[in-house]
Amino acid sequence: MSDKTPNQSRRAFVATAGAAAAGVMIAPGVHLIEVASARPAGEAASRTVRWGMLVDVTKCQEGCTACVSACNKENALETALPQNQAPQWIRKVDLKDKSTGRALSLPMMCQHCEKPPCVDVCPTGASFKRADGIVLVDRHICIGCRYCMMACPYKARSFVHETLENQNPEVPRGKGCVEACTMCVHRVDKGQQPACVQACGAEGHAAILFGDLNDGASEIAKRIRSVATSQVRADLQLNPGVRYQGI
Amino acid sequence: MRDTFQRIEERSFYALVVFGLLLVMVGLGAVYYMEEHGHAVTGMNNQVVWGMPHVFAIFLITAASGVLNVASIGSVFGKPVYKARAPLSGLLSLTMLAGGLMVLMLDLGRPDRVIIAATHYNLTSVFAWNAILYPGLFGIVGVYIWTMMDHSMKAYSKIAGFSAFIWRFILTTGTGSIFGFLVARQAYQSAVLAPMFIVMSFAWGLAVFLLVQSSMYLWNGVALPPPIQRRMTRLLGIFIAGALYFVLVYHMTNLYFSRQEAFEHFILLDGGIFPILFWGGFVLLGSILPLALLLHPELGGRRATILASLLVIFGALCHLYVFIIGGEVYPLDIFPGFSAASTFGDGVVGQYAPSLPEFLLGIGGLALAFVATVIGVRILRFMPQDDFTILTGGKNVH
Amino acid sequence: MRIRTLFGTVLLGAVALFASAAWSGEGSGIPKPDIVISNPGKCVADVDTMRRTHMDMLKHQRDLTMRQGIRGAKVSLNACIDCHASKSNGSVLGSDQNFCQTCHAYAAVKLDCFECHQAKASHPIGAAAPAEAVASKEGAR
Repeated sequence: MSDKTPNQSRRAFVATAGAAAAGVMIAPGVHLIEVASARPAGEAASRTVRWGMLVDVTKCQEGCTACVSACNKENALETALPQNQAPQWIRKVDLKDKSTGRALSLPMMCQHCEKPPCVDVCPTGASFKRADGIVLVDRHICIGCRYCMMACPYKARSFVHETLENQNPEVPRGKGCVEACTMCVHRVDKGQQPACVQACGAEGHAAILFGDLNDGASEIAKRIRSVATSQVRADLQLNPGVRYQGI
Repeated sequence: MRDTFQRIEERSFYALVVFGLLLVMVGLGAVYYMEEHGHAVTGMNNQVVWGMPHVFAIFLITAASGVLNVASIGSVFGKPVYKARAPLSGLLSLTMLAGGLMVLMLDLGRPDRVIIAATHYNLTSVFAWNAILYPGLFGIVGVYIWTMMDHSMKAYSKIAGFSAFIWRFILTTGTGSIFGFLVARQAYQSAVLAPMFIVMSFAWGLAVFLLVQSSMYLWNGVALPPPIQRRMTRLLGIFIAGALYFVLVYHMTNLYFSRQEAFEHFILLDGGIFPILFWGGFVLLGSILPLALLLHPELGGRRATILASLLVIFGALCHLYVFIIGGEVYPLDIFPGFSAASTFGDGVVGQYAPSLPEFLLGIGGLALAFVATVIGVRILRFMPQDDFTILTGGKNVH
Repeated sequence: MRIRTLFGTVLLGAVALFASAAWSGEGSGIPKPDIVISNPGKCVADVDTMRRTHMDMLKHQRDLTMRQGIRGAKVSLNACIDCHASKSNGSVLGSDQNFCQTCHAYAAVKLDCFECHQAKASHPIGAAAPAEAVASKEGAR
């Protein structure tokens, strides 16, 4: 194999690039205590990891949509379609307790369930959960039946209603398939944080914490151990990877 | 006399086929338009993900399974009157299933990839079960019709009929379960849905059967013997009442759960078009009025049967619209106890205005079933042939 | 999908057979595809192998990357695009001069990748794909 040597040197380069990217990420210096390291090239996502997020609702500001804008930019979601046909991978939901009147605001996105209903109902297996807990749509075999959108209790999924041309090369997406928050899997695999988490930090709110729920030493695991957190629609026992604090 | 009994008149046959094919073509044109531009040109959106095509498709598929009931009563329960109608019942089942599947598949986001539904199975998915159940029904009913038409195969007719009887029960359970297993949406997640769909399929299937049978007799200038007529219309009456009963049970159980009260209030009282379609379309025009037409001692004749059957079909479409679209527009209760607002339809009733191409696709599916039925009836002996000697008297036929 | 790939393979195989016969002999009525390779000699495999098996290589890697999250492999659609994008419009599509389109139009094989994948290179139009850019893209994929 004549290409063996260049291939290896390329891999070495990739590893350095990943580390460099992680270093750049720390530079803004906003609450990025924990930055995952890039997975080496050629290595599969690990079952020992479970990526998750903790949203501190008390820090989330009503009217702030930094996470939404960052997501739209990162994944090239901008469109001229009407609001109910436009894709939204993350949205800000303003809540008001019906009995007490307490108001709160929080970001809502794919909750990356341990037992995702979208995966159960998908006829072709296009909806699937990666070993590290990220729920994704394999657009290569998605036939666009939208059954997963009917099944998702969080209304986290969108359907691509139009032909697309301006995709981010790292985020392929196209007409006729269903899609949702990927937890910025293309960034996470490089050791970066999801775009929404980074944007929230840059805004100075740092309401979203990203990390490995399975790693007892991680910031997110420690927080979940020490403060009261909740799962949305916990009654359904889907064990989402996104947790909320202060609902 | 037998000849006129079997044959639709030549010219009107071709006229009907051309008319049906035109509608199919228009439907396919609508599909091309929707696929070219994406679902942006339909009324469907991220809240109402299944629209008008699904109303037609689910009607056709449900009725396709229910119409087999006629054959089952004949073969499984050995009633000669129904046995004579088994071939037509099988044909209608096949053609309506074809029409329904056409609509369902062509409304996919990627209809060009429909083959994937056959190469990649996710066995936990009710949809994937259906991808086995629907072609299975084609095969079984096809064989069943063969055993009935070919005298050398007569011996297998009973077992084929029984298989079709079982298969169709599973199939309708599967159709009902598409919705029954959806925990997310308020309208669904109920075990009542599977039996409800089975009883509705009886009523809708028999209505279609009676409509087709009456039309065939009418064109051939013959009349159904009154005893058979009475028996079949009474059966339709029972099925209509059964379907109405199940729909009431479904809403009553929902009303019992306080978390479902707001949803029921929406569907039954203040949800705009939905209560109108439910009470006016399904209950009054689609159930009560046909019941009166069928069971009233003075009525119940041929014309009353045709009218009642048409009303039942209309009511079925109304009910499915309320069930599917109404169930979707109602916002998900993601945060119980809170009122919600967002840019993604949280806390507000979704908007859905069916677009013309969606209608045309649905009509195209109906037209495909129609054309296939007309051709089938023309080339094979599907016209019910009664052995009148065992009935109350052959004199009733002309 | 499998059927389409199979179909594509058979068709491309047929084209390759036809091509080897036709290109060596005198020209036929069908105009040959005008294949412009902007960065010759840098491909992950030789031309014959790529012509015959690029779709299998891509599909194999696509499933590994999508399903298991294996990244940084030798085969990468984005790396293909970065290297093969035309210098005039920065894309592998657009006209029968563009790399992917020219052959697929000639072989009459539907090109489904770019229904979802970005057909434009990530570097500016006109600039040749630098080796580093290619490598980092592969890392990303």
